[in-house]
Amino acid sequence: MKRREFLKASALGTAAAALVSPAAACPGELRGTGDLAVIIERASGSVMIVDTTAHETLHRVEGFGDLSHASAVYSRDERYAYIFGRDGGLTKLDILEGVITKRILQAGNAIGGAISDDGKLVAVSNYKPGGVRVFDANTLEPVADIPATFENDKRSKTVGLVDAPGRRFIFTLYDAGEIWIADFSSGSKPQLTRFMDIGDLPYDALITGDGRHYIAGLFGEDGLTHIDLWADEPAPRRILSGYGRGEKKLPVYKMPHLEGWAEGGGHFLLPAVGRHELLVMDAGTFKEAGRIAVHGQPVFAVARPDGRQAWVNFAHPLNDTIQVVDIPSLKIIHEFKPGPAALHMEFSPRGHEVWLSVRDSNEVHVYDTSSFRKLAVLKAQSPSGIFMTARAHRIGL
Amino acid sequence: MQCPSIIWLLLSSLMGACIVTMTSALALDESAERRLTHLVRQDCGSCHGMTLKGGLGGPLLPKDLKEFESESIASIILDGVPGKPMPPWQGQLSKEEALWIADKLKKGFPQ
Ligand code: HEC
Repeated sequence: MKRREFLKASALGTAAAALVSPAAACPGELRGTGDLAVIIERASGSVMIVDTTAHETLHRVEGFGDLSHASAVYSRDERYAYIFGRDGGLTKLDILEGVITKRILQAGNAIGGAISDDGKLVAVSNYKPGGVRVFDANTLEPVADIPATFENDKRSKTVGLVDAPGRRFIFTLYDAGEIWIADFSSGSKPQLTRFMDIGDLPYDALITGDGRHYIAGLFGEDGLTHIDLWADEPAPRRILSGYGRGEKKLPVYKMPHLEGWAEGGGHFLLPAVGRHELLVMDAGTFKEAGRIAVHGQPVFAVARPDGRQAWVNFAHPLNDTIQVVDIPSLKIIHEFKPGPAALHMEFSPRGHEVWLSVRDSNEVHVYDTSSFRKLAVLKAQSPSGIFMTARAHRIGL
Repeated sequence: MQCPSIIWLLLSSLMGACIVTMTSALALDESAERRLTHLVRQDCGSCHGMTLKGGLGGPLLPKDLKEFESESIASIILDGVPGKPMPPWQGQLSKEEALWIADKLKKGFPQ
């Protein structure tokens, strides 16, 4: 077909499709989902679907139950978001149509989830009953139940659940002080590996973007536990032990989060528990490489995707402030007060913008990350987590 | 009761007037009640769940607190649980405010 004929034919084709399928033209035209995001509205149990290019809300969808501490992962085609609620709700949301396609209550009390690298399994981390449950990503039918049992018949709360390459999930037992790997590579029956005595009261964990390092933060000790998943015999070892030895810890009003841990320029920046500090760790040796004094107790320290900046927010009562760290120089280069309870940040996939939930002013702000200029404000009800679809293609998110 | 000036400075934006700490336990003024309700739902809620059905910290519904006196709940709130993530709220909350929260938790916390 010659080029001109092709153009004509495709124009006709589009017109015909529009005629026979009014639904496709209403409410919008065909579109991709690569620049969409969901924003959790924690108080109303609803979710906003936003267009991050137009800075616009497309849909508000209700009926997600208790969304305090909620999070989301995406299907590989970036069409479906899986929303994990506090009340054990697991909801599959069609972000193109703005409708819930399936919702189950899989436990009494839950804390986030993960999707396997092949996109087929969705796992949920539960406080009650303690353990991890795994579901078919398509149907949300149960696939596996992994009770986090220890000391005979006790059940531990599970935290820090992530996906790892090779159809694996890794999670941490808060009450037991253990890390477990559930390997689903041979089907729907997981092969379990247990690491014991990993430290006192692990409260959260992360996996690095390359899928190599799993790191759990400890509340009961000054230090973290690291497992190198590429080792021939992976084993937990303590890192940054005693980072605050001899100093009095401040009360912790909000547990820091490790997901989105800032990694850049050969350094990790991580929130110190109970201190007004970020710890700087050498990403090669896992040894302390310095500290940065910050405005309050950090909750999130999130790196811009290029690793040049980290944006940091803080626990109550200093949670109205954001600081920006220049990672190469480890200096704070910008500070501003977006408003009360500025609790969640999400960078656009290549980092030109950052989206920020300001819970108590019922707003979501968009900032330019080089000029720090505020570009847009969207109304939202008690907004918290912001999840862009690009997460679909990143390990551990 | 006195408000130490440094804490006062830190908290003045968030906590409103210091007067609150001098009013009696179960009859705080309306704006103080609203502020405390918000604090419990949102900030205690980050560990105990916004509906107080539990999270990293256990549930704080009336049936879960049946065996505790209001006074002992208030002292847990003010002193925290050493070695566990429950922080001491002393310096953030007065004794009267902690008692008000304890009392409301036992009766069923307002929305
Ligand atoms: C950083 C997390 C965190 C925050 C914030 C927090 N708590 Fe707790 N709280 C806990 C944990 C964990 C426990 C359980 C301690 C233990 O293991 O004995 C607890 C225990 C308690 C208890 C004892 C009852 C029980 O079931 O053990 C009360 C009462 C309580 N918290 C009230 C509050 C109130 C009121 C607030 C807000 C003013 C609050 N908590 C904020 C983590 C937290």
